[in-house]
Amino acid sequence: MKGEAMLPAVRSAAAPADTAHPGAPRVAHHFATPVQQFESAQLGMWLFLATEVLLFGGLFCAYAVYRAAHPEVFIYAHRFLDARLGALNTVVLVSSSLTMAWAVRCAQTGRQRGLVGLLAATLLFAAAFLAVKYVEYESKWRHGLLWGRYYHPAHGHPAGDASGQAGTGQAGQEPANASAPGDERPMAAGPNQSPATIAAGAGPPSRGGPVTLGGAAGPGATPPAEATRIAASAAGPRGLAWHLRRPDSGRHDEPRNVQIFFAVYFLMTGLHGLHVMAGMAVIAWLLVRSIRGHFGPGYFAPVDLAGLYWHVVDVIWIFLFPLLYLIHG
Amino acid sequence: MREVPAQPVEAGPGQGRALGHVVPLRVLLGVWAALVALTVVTIAATRVDLGGLNLWVALGIATVKAAMVALYFMHLRYDHPLNAIVFIAALLFVAVFVGIVMLDAEAYQPTIREYQHQTVTPGR
Repeated sequence: MKGEAMLPAVRSAAAPADTAHPGAPRVAHHFATPVQQFESAQLGMWLFLATEVLLFGGLFCAYAVYRAAHPEVFIYAHRFLDARLGALNTVVLVSSSLTMAWAVRCAQTGRQRGLVGLLAATLLFAAAFLAVKYVEYESKWRHGLLWGRYYHPAHGHPAGDASGQAGTGQAGQEPANASAPGDERPMAAGPNQSPATIAAGAGPPSRGGPVTLGGAAGPGATPPAEATRIAASAAGPRGLAWHLRRPDSGRHDEPRNVQIFFAVYFLMTGLHGLHVMAGMAVIAWLLVRSIRGHFGPGYFAPVDLAGLYWHVVDVIWIFLFPLLYLIHG
Repeated sequence: MREVPAQPVEAGPGQGRALGHVVPLRVLLGVWAALVALTVVTIAATRVDLGGLNLWVALGIATVKAAMVALYFMHLRYDHPLNAIVFIAALLFVAVFVGIVMLDAEAYQPTIREYQHQTVTPGR
């Protein structure tokens, strides 16, 4: 095996015929040793990952600028994300990172079955992540919580007096939606309000004038616990939250430019989701190759490098989760 | 297949080094457990009012988690230091990028607020 390693052997990707010697080191002619080849490949992968970090860095920068400029938007809008689904996805992705790192270990130690099984598990976790993401996106889509001019929250319009009937109608439908399994509810740490209460300001009468910020923020009024969470924006320059209200929203608590949050949310999670899909394609390819017995202690670079990529996808989500779902305010 | 440790290979660049580093399984499982635990911690921390510190606590926890992934899952700790240098350089460039953009964005916020006060009619 070691003798072979010194030969100018066929390049790895072009050598599926090498299955006779699973795990035999194959060294391209411009490398002296398998270690040199492996470390060069790793360095190349790290350079690529550096560009990935810079790519997402641009989006994190946009996030930072908008959050600094419009904190009230982020505090208001993050509650339309379900932190439970976000936490679930965090655990799913962290677990997929574990199975991926474990798969690399199996390749290194020549455990063929373990490698195949763990790659398959990683693929399943990735699919689970996308499935949860689908549930979240679908809910945003249904409620019109989208970017730019596509932001038209479904519960916003009927809050006026004339269409009050329609408003209660929609709010009445809401509990049915909310109780559907997997449906997304805004995370509210305190006393839980239904999505309708937060979104429409037209909740069940028992809630009594839900998130009417205008009233709650008035002098002398003791705001309910939930409203104080939103009112943080009022701590900004005088009258900011109320001045910048969307004129047509009909909601008393909605700051202007909420669509910015959803643009940032969809861009960041969308680009991340594309990376998950790309990672799944690579892992599926690795799975096929590992079933064919291409990897072993002497040759596992593709598994290792795909693992590095996959962990970066995980790391990016580790930052996205608190920044998008866990805003305190 | 039986377990074969990655073996150090012959003379030349990288001689004496093994082909990669096999991270012990209990380290992998330990890191995973810590990552899940820190996820719970970061959710719990959101519910405590720390004022402006909440964001930094959340970012700090995320950074610890990311470092654990990089050091152990990505075996950066055991690798050739050049890999870590490349990665850290990228992070530094992102920090410079975001930092300077933030300085700039903050610089013209007063102008924007002034403009908004002039143009947005109160009571609309």
